[in-house]
Amino acid sequence: MGKAIVVQDLKKRYGDVQAVDGVSFEVESGEFFGILGPNGAGKTTTLEILEGLRQADSGSAEIFGLSPWPRNPRLLPRIGVQLQASAFFERLTAREQIRTFASLYGVSPAKADEMLEVVGLADKANTPAEKLSGGQAQRLSIAIALAHGPELVFLDEPTAALDPQARRNLWDLLREINAAGRTVVLTTHYMDEAESLCDRVAVMDHGKILKLGSPAVLVRGLDSPTHISVELGVISLAAAKELAGPGDEVAEDGISLTIATRKPAVILSELAERGALAGLQVRGATLEDVFLDLTGREYRA
Amino acid sequence: MTSLSSLSRAMLLGFLRDKTALFFTVLFPLMFLMIFGVIFQGSSAPKTEILQVGAVEILDSLPAEAKGIIQVTKSTDLNKGLEDVRKGDVDALIRQENNQIVLHYSQADQVRAGTVRSIVDSFVQRANLAGQPGRFQLRPEQVEDKSLKAIQFFTPGILGWAIATGATFGAAMTLVSWRQKKILRRLRLSPVRTTTIVSARVGVSIGVALLQTALFLGVATLPFFGLQLASSWWASIFLIIAGTLAFLAVGLVAGAVSKTPEGASGIANLLVLPMAFLGGTFFPLDDAPGWMQAVANFLPLSHLTEGMQDVMVRGLGVTSILPELGILLGFSVVVSLLAVKLFTWDDV
Ligand SMILES: Nc1ncnc2c1ncn2[C@@H]1O[C@H](COP(=O)(O)OP(=O)(O)OP(=O)(O)O)[C@@H](O)[C@H]1O
Ligand SMILES: [Mg+2]
Repeated sequence: MGKAIVVQDLKKRYGDVQAVDGVSFEVESGEFFGILGPNGAGKTTTLEILEGLRQADSGSAEIFGLSPWPRNPRLLPRIGVQLQASAFFERLTAREQIRTFASLYGVSPAKADEMLEVVGLADKANTPAEKLSGGQAQRLSIAIALAHGPELVFLDEPTAALDPQARRNLWDLLREINAAGRTVVLTTHYMDEAESLCDRVAVMDHGKILKLGSPAVLVRGLDSPTHISVELGVISLAAAKELAGPGDEVAEDGISLTIATRKPAVILSELAERGALAGLQVRGATLEDVFLDLTGREYRA
Repeated sequence: MTSLSSLSRAMLLGFLRDKTALFFTVLFPLMFLMIFGVIFQGSSAPKTEILQVGAVEILDSLPAEAKGIIQVTKSTDLNKGLEDVRKGDVDALIRQENNQIVLHYSQADQVRAGTVRSIVDSFVQRANLAGQPGRFQLRPEQVEDKSLKAIQFFTPGILGWAIATGATFGAAMTLVSWRQKKILRRLRLSPVRTTTIVSARVGVSIGVALLQTALFLGVATLPFFGLQLASSWWASIFLIIAGTLAFLAVGLVAGAVSKTPEGASGIANLLVLPMAFLGGTFFPLDDAPGWMQAVANFLPLSHLTEGMQDVMVRGLGVTSILPELGILLGFSVVVSLLAVKLFTWDDV
């Protein structure tokens, strides 16, 4: 299979903000690719250049071997885009919206209605877009991006406004279309989302790609501690410190006591032995940790 | 559905569901028309005023009872007198050529024209009966009239203004709010052509303009308002289409240079409202100072109004619209080119 996207040394500057600063990556056809990064990392800008909405200052971007800039009508029917900020016609209902957009791609109203059903908006078909909730608008926007069956789909934080149920449903839908051979590129702030969906992720900050690889490898490659928390009082601070190995950290925050350790199995069995498991929470490495590790500072999503 | 029809539909529904836009482009001007129509309804002179140039025997021997229905003013200046008839300052001008009584009248107000003709006709008959039978003959001559009865004058004027407002605001608002709401951006991602988007806008605006026209003429021709359309009034449809194009272009420029709908509406008002005052929408320019007439000459609205008046109420032929049509189309082309230059998909 060929390459869906080839990006080389892409740069884009807004005034004195270097939004994209030398980004290079490739996405295979049929791949599920994620771009992770905190606010202002340059994710949206990168996608907009790939979609043909913005011109890069330098570097090159190719979609299916074609340049997306200037606006390339041969490319457009092959890609589907959900923008971070939804855009709908004024005073049209959800059904009218998707039918209008679908017709621009020569897609039948019946097919458009079907897509509305797929994202669970059939009962909102007659609601004006202005009156949809944030998550419903997001789903409509995704439905519009998918209605014409594009080979390549760009989704900019598709799950940002969704409730947990809708989020899972969307994950299923995205897995389905990816399984059907379509290439998906999404941006997200959530490591669990990237882990669950993406074949590969690029971690971005300050317009640069810090790391690129499969999510499991990224996290595993990370030598970061596991955080074990229990209710305050089930074990004393002194006892916890005794329990912890060298290099581990123990902290109390008024609600719970947390041990950050590299040997979670040992600590957990010790706690279990003492019957001190009330309010137990175990948190493994996350994007925050990957990020902290890569940049030496907190993730500020 | 094709891209064109579905986009047109989206625009039209957006317009029809926008109660404010609907009010300002359709009902508001219609209200003006009705108010003006009511205010100026009785504005025909109660007494028939006739201007007499030179000696006219039948008037000189007019019986006393006739003095109640006509008022005769004497003058020596034929050209100025004819001009007065055209403007509607007097109802008719009468003079005598040998045995022919020449009556110059204006057809602009058909009721007045009919009245004055029958009055003078009765005087002629009476003179013939009293003296030598068949001695005097009446020769009515219609002057090319400039004067128009209030409703005759206001209908094309206010209609022109309504069309200008509708087209300018329609284009400006679509452009700005579609840009601001990122719809243009979204459309740019679809394979739709720019010409399709523009054509949809043009089609919808022309549709709205024709709807306005139908409504206006429907209301104005009600017996209460009494508009009488001349035979080639239908030629005004071409003017209306050309006028819509011209003001769409104006609206596209207003929309291209403003970032917010409020800004666009301000600029659109700033362009259209003065045109309405300077361009003869609310009062005739015949008596306006020379500089104002000169300014009006540059305004597309004056040409739209003038052209519509010619064919709708002045009874001029179809070909009379050609110069105005040409000016409007030329204006559209020039301003559209400017709009294309200023066009942006995105405001960032
Ligand atoms: N149109 C613009 N004009 C000026 N600066 C911009 C513009 N768009 C983005 N920026 C700046 O470029 C940088 C990258 O923005 P971008 O939207 O690509 O970030 P992002 O990774 O998508 O962030 P988020 O997670 O918040 O969506 C930011 O610092 C932002 O302020
Ligand atoms: Mg973004």
